[in-house]
Amino acid sequence: MIHFQNVTKRYGEKIVLKNLNLEIRKGEFVVLIGPSGCGKTTTLKMINRLIEPDSGRIFINGEDASKQNAVELRRKIGYVIQQIGLFPNMTVEQNIAIVPKLLKYPKEEWQSIVRSLLKLVDMPYEDYAHKYPSELSGGQQQRIGVLRALAVSPPIVLMDEPFGALDPITRDSLQEEVRRIQKKLKKTIVFVTHDMGEALRMADTIVFMNEGRIVQKAAPEEMLRNPADSIISTFMGRHITSGRQSVPLYAEDFMRTKVLKVPKTSKTLECIELMSRRDVNSLIVIEDDETYFGTVTIEEIKQHGKAGRNISELVSNETITIGRKEDARTALDRLLESAANYLIVLNDDLTVAGIVTRTSTAKALGEALWGEMPA
Amino acid sequence: MTIMDYLNNNMATFLQSLMRHIEIVAISVLIGAFVSIPLGIYLTRHKRLALFVLAFAGTVQTIPGLVMLGFALILFGIGLMPALIVLSIYSILPILRNTYIGISQVDSSYVEAGRGIGMTDFQVLFKVELPLAASSIMSGIRISTVYTVSWATLAGMIGAGGLGDLIWTGLSTYNKTYILAGALPSAILAFVFSGLLGLLQRVLTPKGIRGESA
Repeated sequence: MIHFQNVTKRYGEKIVLKNLNLEIRKGEFVVLIGPSGCGKTTTLKMINRLIEPDSGRIFINGEDASKQNAVELRRKIGYVIQQIGLFPNMTVEQNIAIVPKLLKYPKEEWQSIVRSLLKLVDMPYEDYAHKYPSELSGGQQQRIGVLRALAVSPPIVLMDEPFGALDPITRDSLQEEVRRIQKKLKKTIVFVTHDMGEALRMADTIVFMNEGRIVQKAAPEEMLRNPADSIISTFMGRHITSGRQSVPLYAEDFMRTKVLKVPKTSKTLECIELMSRRDVNSLIVIEDDETYFGTVTIEEIKQHGKAGRNISELVSNETITIGRKEDARTALDRLLESAANYLIVLNDDLTVAGIVTRTSTAKALGEALWGEMPA
Repeated sequence: MTIMDYLNNNMATFLQSLMRHIEIVAISVLIGAFVSIPLGIYLTRHKRLALFVLAFAGTVQTIPGLVMLGFALILFGIGLMPALIVLSIYSILPILRNTYIGISQVDSSYVEAGRGIGMTDFQVLFKVELPLAASSIMSGIRISTVYTVSWATLAGMIGAGGLGDLIWTGLSTYNKTYILAGALPSAILAFVFSGLLGLLQRVLTPKGIRGESA
């Protein structure tokens, strides 16, 4: 699908890419990773000709990219950059519809594209289409950035550190979403990041670059097991596992950070509504200063709750809590002993960091052993 | 004789001067904008030339208006034309500088995003750069207009007409009423133009970024 042949790029004296050869297959999710200045972004931008090589050739679908009109080529390749890429002077709908409009799609067609794409990420058209980027959260903006790249269903999508500026929780869910969309729409994705965790989670193939060369190209599991160079091992840090040395694991490594928290002043009905909407049977209740207060279960509310009352009177504090830096082994033991099926992990300031469940533990163990795990 | 008396007796002449004044300002600023917006855009593509041109325009701006009018008088004679030439030149700099700065300050990520998704250079300019710089450009036009309203009073000296006529007549005959009848309306005119253009600036600023630039 994409083929780099002896590509070299210099900026003045500095050689950014040295005789690069790379083959990316159709439908493959390729992550380019490496220290800053390694040439990963340059490589990415050569695919849509934002940067031209000094020598060597790049083939897309067997055609020499340099022989095509750059503007037309770019319209056929999706492009997602960091958060700031959405145009602030255009609404969500206008942003998504840019490329279809550039390609002169009729109005009904691009409108239906916008609708169906927004549906893909659970952002209802009525609520979001006419908002401006400044009215959205960072995560929502970047979802729109991804949708914009998909608007004319290009077979190839380029992503340049798209989630770098997002908080970890939002990043997690966007990674899952992009992975899901990629599986569903069968896109070829080239993704640049400097976050090894992200690379391990997302990639079919990781291409590790350093000083303008490819150091290793391998599947995530293979790279974890047999890093080709010490710089890769350093980069993988805590993700790496070898038979001899075991990395200490903490409760925080086992936890799930996406948890539902409600203030203790919440009313019973809104809690029930929230639980049924998110399909959970208990909620974490927090104080006004966000410190942990207790938990409440749906049975408790159904048996004793009265409509319109605060949930604070129904809260139980029997759920076991544990500090995020406590040994993972202790966390696991207490989880197995306890009747509840989760533990609450607290930060040093007693706010809620996440929960450890049997599933999150199994997932963390799996990742420690084999790298990426399906979400 | 108070101003009101003067206005009552000379309404027709006064209105004629006022209209001429507005006309001089409008034509000068329009010419200035037509020259400086395209030039400003061109300069953002040629940054080294930009330093030179902006420095030159800045120097021209420091030449006192009276001196410029004197030159214009020598070169082009008396009347409306030399005044329009001088005032157009003066109105260029604020618009030129604001166009240049406004476009230069558009975050390069937006430009790259535009190019990356397949906009032509022209589309990047009209769909991304100009809308995002609109507020800055409009504020340049506003500054130019306010300045030109006051400089245009000098144009009366070389026979271009306008409110300046009343002021110069007043000055040369020690007639306070004439001076005020020319000066007050031109001050009011400056306020009115500034307010109207401020409104237009707000309208032309794209909705999604109004909060930041207001």
